[in-house]
Amino acid sequence: MLSNVDWLDEKAAWPVAPPDPPPGAGTVAFLGDAALARMSDTNRSGTEGAATGAGDAAEPNAAARAAPEWVEHVTRIRDARDEAAFAELFAHFAPRVKAFLIRSGADGALAEECAQEVMATLWQKAHLFDPARASVSTWVFTIARNRRIDALRRQRRPEPEDLPWGPEAEPQQEDMLALQQDSERLAEALRALPEKQRHLIERAYFGELSHGEIAAETGLPLGTIKSRIRLALDRLRHALK
Amino acid sequence: MKTEITHHLTPQLLMAYSAGTLPEAFDLIVASHLSLCDACRAEAESYDAVGGALMEGETSEMSAGSLEATLRMIREGGAAEADAPCAAAPPATAELPRPIRDYIGGDLADVRWQGMGMGVRQAILPVDGPATARLLHIPAGAEVPDHGHKGTELTLVLKGAFRDEDGRFGPGDVEVADEAVEHTPVAEAGEDCICLAVTDAPLRFAGLMPRLAQPFLKI
Repeated sequence: MLSNVDWLDEKAAWPVAPPDPPPGAGTVAFLGDAALARMSDTNRSGTEGAATGAGDAAEPNAAARAAPEWVEHVTRIRDARDEAAFAELFAHFAPRVKAFLIRSGADGALAEECAQEVMATLWQKAHLFDPARASVSTWVFTIARNRRIDALRRQRRPEPEDLPWGPEAEPQQEDMLALQQDSERLAEALRALPEKQRHLIERAYFGELSHGEIAAETGLPLGTIKSRIRLALDRLRHALK
Repeated sequence: MKTEITHHLTPQLLMAYSAGTLPEAFDLIVASHLSLCDACRAEAESYDAVGGALMEGETSEMSAGSLEATLRMIREGGAAEADAPCAAAPPATAELPRPIRDYIGGDLADVRWQGMGMGVRQAILPVDGPATARLLHIPAGAEVPDHGHKGTELTLVLKGAFRDEDGRFGPGDVEVADEAVEHTPVAEAGEDCICLAVTDAPLRFAGLMPRLAQPFLKI
């Protein structure tokens, strides 16, 4: 059971005191649970959920592209070593990777160097990207995270067993699109969160949060994305038999 | 080969794995469980999606010429690494999940066991950081010895099964126990039980890491 003592000191250091964790926070309320409940709601109302809200909000960055377009860029790198596609990906993602690394504690020079390495890894591993299981943002995040663990923590990063795509396991277009749209909805929902809740989640990912603080239900639509990934994994396992 | 997994990782551990804030030993056991459990793998990947969405939120300008420098890096050194994944396909006969094989430098037959008495054997795996990882080999029917976990201990069953107050743990199942949990796991009769056990050591926590990881683990 969660003991308050573990994070009391950190709490004192907060500019704004976080909400107290609800009793039993460790076992009951968490991101995934609220999202799961929401997921069944979404399923009941059909595909409307995907169409409303997400994508309609004005993007501050005029050059921003929809998730499926980024997938196409990665495909162009994989199939044609397309440097123009890479330049566009670089313009969008490299500054984001750099900001992520700086927020995680890297100085500007190290963040710059690592961001370049992350983008080079994107090029080298383009053939491993699986658009039925991740958006390009998600994929770049995992590369950046691993680079951070390696560069800032000097630790190995054990990864799960690979599930290589067989020839017949090429992702289906509709699975891919659905997952990409889910990812956009998730990003939209994250942007729409109250400042305080988003701040808690950011702290978890930038590496300075205790779990009691994130116990609040945020209602992110994580459940749908999870079920899509599950579906892709099921198909893959089936194809590998 | 595939058995029903009934004891899963907590959302907190999965999210911390995705965020990359766990000690190496905990990353190892999470990665090993994910290799066996599609449900947890899907959940962990959905937390990756949260990370990706968060990363979209902020930018920091790259220095002039950074794209050209990166393209140069790609042209100079990329090809070898790009070919590597072909070799990564798991051998069909592997007994242990790949993350563990990577630490052993081989499979179950290559583990260098050390006796702990009463037929129980262990092998410490070379992880860095404030938590330790070991493989345990418990003879069928034997009690798991008190291996002195002072903090949070996760135990992943790789072969055989054990039972304790929380139920039966078979291949792929993971038990999450903190120091308050008094349990005496007993290996099931019939087959020796092989587990991966990781534990944090609160007394050795110092500096930055504990603030990052400890709260997640004190569940």
